[in-house]
Amino acid sequence: MFWSALKLALVAIRRNPVRSVLTVLGVVIGVAAVITMVTIGNGATLAVSQQISSLGSNLLMVRPGQRMGPGGGGAPAFRTDDVEAISARLGSLAAVSGTENASATIVYGAENWTTSVTGVQRPYFTARKLNLAQGRIFTDTEERAGNPVCVVGETVRRELFGQANPVGSRIRVKQFGCQIVGLLAASGQATMGVDQDDVVLMPLRTVQRRLTGSQDVGSIMIAVADAAATDQVKADLTELLRERRRIARNEDDNFNVLDTRQIAEAMSGTTRVMTMLLASVAAVSLLVGGIGIMNIMLVSVTERTHEIGIRLAIGALERDVLLQFLIEAVTLSAFGGILGAVLAAVASVILAKVMELPFVFDPGINLLAFFVSAAIGVAFGYFPARRAARLDPIDALRHE
Amino acid sequence: MTTPAGRPAPPLIELAGVTKQFGSGEGAFLALRGVDLVVEEGEFLAIMGPSGSGKSTAMNILGCLDTPTTGAYLFRGVHVERLDRNQRALLRRSHLGFVFQGYHLLPRTTALENAELPLMYRGVSGAERRRMALAALAAVGLTGWETHTPAELSGGQQQRVAIARAIVTNPTVLLADEPTGNLDSEMGREIMQLLVRLNRERGITVLMVTHEPDMAAYARRTVRFVDGRIQSDTNVHEPA
Repeated sequence: MFWSALKLALVAIRRNPVRSVLTVLGVVIGVAAVITMVTIGNGATLAVSQQISSLGSNLLMVRPGQRMGPGGGGAPAFRTDDVEAISARLGSLAAVSGTENASATIVYGAENWTTSVTGVQRPYFTARKLNLAQGRIFTDTEERAGNPVCVVGETVRRELFGQANPVGSRIRVKQFGCQIVGLLAASGQATMGVDQDDVVLMPLRTVQRRLTGSQDVGSIMIAVADAAATDQVKADLTELLRERRRIARNEDDNFNVLDTRQIAEAMSGTTRVMTMLLASVAAVSLLVGGIGIMNIMLVSVTERTHEIGIRLAIGALERDVLLQFLIEAVTLSAFGGILGAVLAAVASVILAKVMELPFVFDPGINLLAFFVSAAIGVAFGYFPARRAARLDPIDALRHE
Repeated sequence: MTTPAGRPAPPLIELAGVTKQFGSGEGAFLALRGVDLVVEEGEFLAIMGPSGSGKSTAMNILGCLDTPTTGAYLFRGVHVERLDRNQRALLRRSHLGFVFQGYHLLPRTTALENAELPLMYRGVSGAERRRMALAALAAVGLTGWETHTPAELSGGQQQRVAIARAIVTNPTVLLADEPTGNLDSEMGREIMQLLVRLNRERGITVLMVTHEPDMAAYARRTVRFVDGRIQSDTNVHEPA
């Protein structure tokens, strides 16, 4: 019976190919949207965690505020002497560097480029394991004096200098001239669309004096010498900073210390929430697709009233007719689900390439989307199918 | 006819005081006003009467497609009026075959597939279904026409397919509603001869509604409806 009903459904669907395709279009788009969102989202999450893991497991990042993220909730910024105190008083540290970010437009000849200018201290290069392709990093003297020198990333070189060697050239950052002393080796990575090679690194003091005009240190980056000692270092660091920031015993920290793993989790948590959000929006279109199927099934039942009457008269039971139309609706929507999954695979591969994200095929979401689309066929096909099954055979036969 | 216990077996079909009302209140219309009818197994019964006399309503009730408003319909002693929709559908499926004036074949579907259809709903397997449908088409003289769709067949041939579809399940009763109404008299006679043959050779009870006396003449018994009642009930031929 089931196979006969399936065969009947295929015959009915093939009889009106254009209508069938238009009917399932809603489901196709819905399924494709959900799968694409989740696939791209998974790719973004993976990219973020890979990126941060590549920093190594012994990095700590200290930022003002109670939670990670922008703002910091009005907590006071760090000062350069906080960084010095950490270096002086905590043991087993490989590198400590304050960092401060500013955005600026840099100019070389007729070219200009807006990028992120980061003020760092020399240990930053060690902590981040940054290698140079050309030149050198700034010297201790340059750093102390706050000289206008900088190390640029590959993207900045490409935008301002093309293929030329930028080391030794002078660029203008806002209103001051700055000498390029080094070129970073290209990392070739992008985190959520943020190009890791699109950077200008300057001595922290230079940024403070000439760009931000304050003594603030946005965050402190610490590399622990022995990864096994990370937890101990975190505890000591917290104690030291609470003391320096005069936090009473019953108050919460107004800063946070995150290790690489936590940063990765927090960042991928954010992308995961975004993914869920986008996927739920896409799921609404799946629902709309279901309504489209219901609409056409109702039309189809009306058109085939006479046929239903014949079937009822020659021995079909109510449930036979119900099953026939239900299977037709499910076949349609499952067919839409498969088409949607194929479309999603194509869209995901293209999008992943464009957005420079890894393509992560997720069999779970593909299966889920397929079953959800089939379930939508059942849910939205039931009402029209029941209407067909409840037809009075005498009236239905009279209906031509 | 008696059972071993000595009690007479119930007749195949018994209508007792059947009325049928359509609508209610002011617009109510009484299509049947108390019909009593007994049909024994193996009969060939013609139901005649002018339009509006209630013969089609009676046919729908006999075919378990409709239920009486009051009165009793016993099919082999079973009270049909007490069965629900599904039980009536089951009864139709196991005992009744239908032939309609308008053939009512599925369009774009071959004669063979049309004839197979009732078997599909009875869960008969594919090969067996095919064998039985071919046999039924042969019985109505349509060998060689199996792969034709209704649009490619004449009216008489379409009605033969409909008859094949009705008898493929080997029903107890064949209900024919104006089976020759859409056919010329030549084709009509052929269809009637076919029904007579099925009645004689297979013992299928035939209930036929018609308004043509020529066609009713093929039946052994004629019941005439007027104004929702049976006006006359005559045996035309000697009982077989």
